[in-house]
Amino acid sequence: MSMIEFHDVEKYYGKFHALYHINLTVEKGEVVTIIGPSGSGKSTLLRTINGLERISSGQLIVNNFDLADKKTDMNRTRKNVGMVFQHFNLYANKSVLDNITLGPRLVLKESKDKAEEEARALLDLVGLSEKAKSMPNQLSGGQQQRIAIARSLAMKPQAILFDEPTSALDPEMIGDVLNVMKKIAEQGMTMIVVTHEMGFAEEVGDRVVFMDNGHILEDSKDVRSFFEKPKDERAQEFLSKVINH
Amino acid sequence: MWTIFTNNFGMFMEGLGYTLGASLLSLFFSLIIGTIFALLQINPSRTARIFGRIYVEFFRNVPLLVITMFFYVVIPRLGIPLSGFAAGSIGLTLYTSAFIAETVRAGIQSVDPGQMEAARSNGMTYVQAMRYIILPQAIKITVPPLGNQFINLVKNSSVLAFVAGFDLMYQGNLIASTTFETTTTYAIVGILYLIITLPMSYGMTYLDHRWSGRNTREEA
Ligand SMILES: Nc1ncnc2c1ncn2[C@@H]1O[C@H](COP(=O)(O)OP(=O)(O)O)[C@@H](O)[C@H]1O
Ligand SMILES: [Mg+2]
Repeated sequence: MSMIEFHDVEKYYGKFHALYHINLTVEKGEVVTIIGPSGSGKSTLLRTINGLERISSGQLIVNNFDLADKKTDMNRTRKNVGMVFQHFNLYANKSVLDNITLGPRLVLKESKDKAEEEARALLDLVGLSEKAKSMPNQLSGGQQQRIAIARSLAMKPQAILFDEPTSALDPEMIGDVLNVMKKIAEQGMTMIVVTHEMGFAEEVGDRVVFMDNGHILEDSKDVRSFFEKPKDERAQEFLSKVINH
Repeated sequence: MWTIFTNNFGMFMEGLGYTLGASLLSLFFSLIIGTIFALLQINPSRTARIFGRIYVEFFRNVPLLVITMFFYVVIPRLGIPLSGFAAGSIGLTLYTSAFIAETVRAGIQSVDPGQMEAARSNGMTYVQAMRYIILPQAIKITVPPLGNQFINLVKNSSVLAFVAGFDLMYQGNLIASTTFETTTTYAIVGILYLIITLPMSYGMTYLDHRWSGRNTREEA
């Protein structure tokens, strides 16, 4: 059964048409990367999946919940889908450990001990065990992003959405974050990753989606030949620009 | 000066007590009411926002004395007896709550919206996100302006003097009119107000320093 299904989805911000008849199906365990120029609707697409934005028409099914249906409990849907943001958004008033355990304790009703035990295992996974007691503003960007990934993993989600997770990072920190993401992908997590890291898209992605001006212009499971030569002209143009820079 | 003070010590102390009492009562209730109206003003529901806005604009823009007189004169005519102290405290509470609502709303809105999005994506409900993530951060931002509101509240409590509320100002008026020592009497009244407000002022500065020393948000 598919994890995420868009059927003829349209999204408007007021009068502005942000997404045009989106059709996209993501299978369980798939790693889909989304690329495209700024303003093409990549973030909007991700944000509809966890209900941060509502779709205007069409059908969007996430983990068997119909998100277009007003009766669907968005809180229940969000529990199953994690999100990692460009600017990390760690809770500024909570320690690293509390950032990770708060969701499981409040939402999954886990005991403090259990949540902390799991959090320590996740800190180990992202290589930051010694930072449990730190506050977010004491960490580098790359460290904050790895904690943000641990925080979303702690909810044991069915899928994780990444919105340009490395775009705000200094170059020397990008590798650490991508390595963690690769590890998670290898463990079979369903992932949708908006990124400008073409190397990651090619190496880790099972599939690449190219967006421009609110349209999905190309959706390819043959990632290698996409990066050799995309079929869509604007995708060709976009790739030549990114790669030559 | 000293003799005026010692001769009327009982009245000054009674006034101080009523002023403190009205201030503390109003502080407590205006904090609660103000926070509720701050939350209404940023509520996803439009009706709630409009309702919150009307309340705040009304009580912020009507003179405190008018609100107080309404409770002292009009409400008792409707068959609900209110003492001057009660009418004054209610007036103070409603008036101050409108300013607190504005201060708290500004505090909440200055928290990075990414915090709310992260909390919602983390599975929390709107109320949980507010309670555990947004409000704790907003309160720290809000402390210095709230401190000013509290100091204003103590000073504004002198409105009780107009409605026979037995506060410091009321007692001062009485003492001045019986002893004719107006300058000295009002000087003592002023000093007694300062004894309440100055420690508050320093306390707020201290809290502000202590809180802003850690847990500050890093600008992205
Ligand atoms: N909340 C919003 N209100 C109005 N317009 C928006 C909003 N969010 C995004 N947009 C617009 O929608 C378009 C797509 O934005 P976005 O999804 O952020 O693109 P991307 O992530 O690909 O850069 C842009 O033109 C942007 O200005
Ligand atoms: Mg974006």
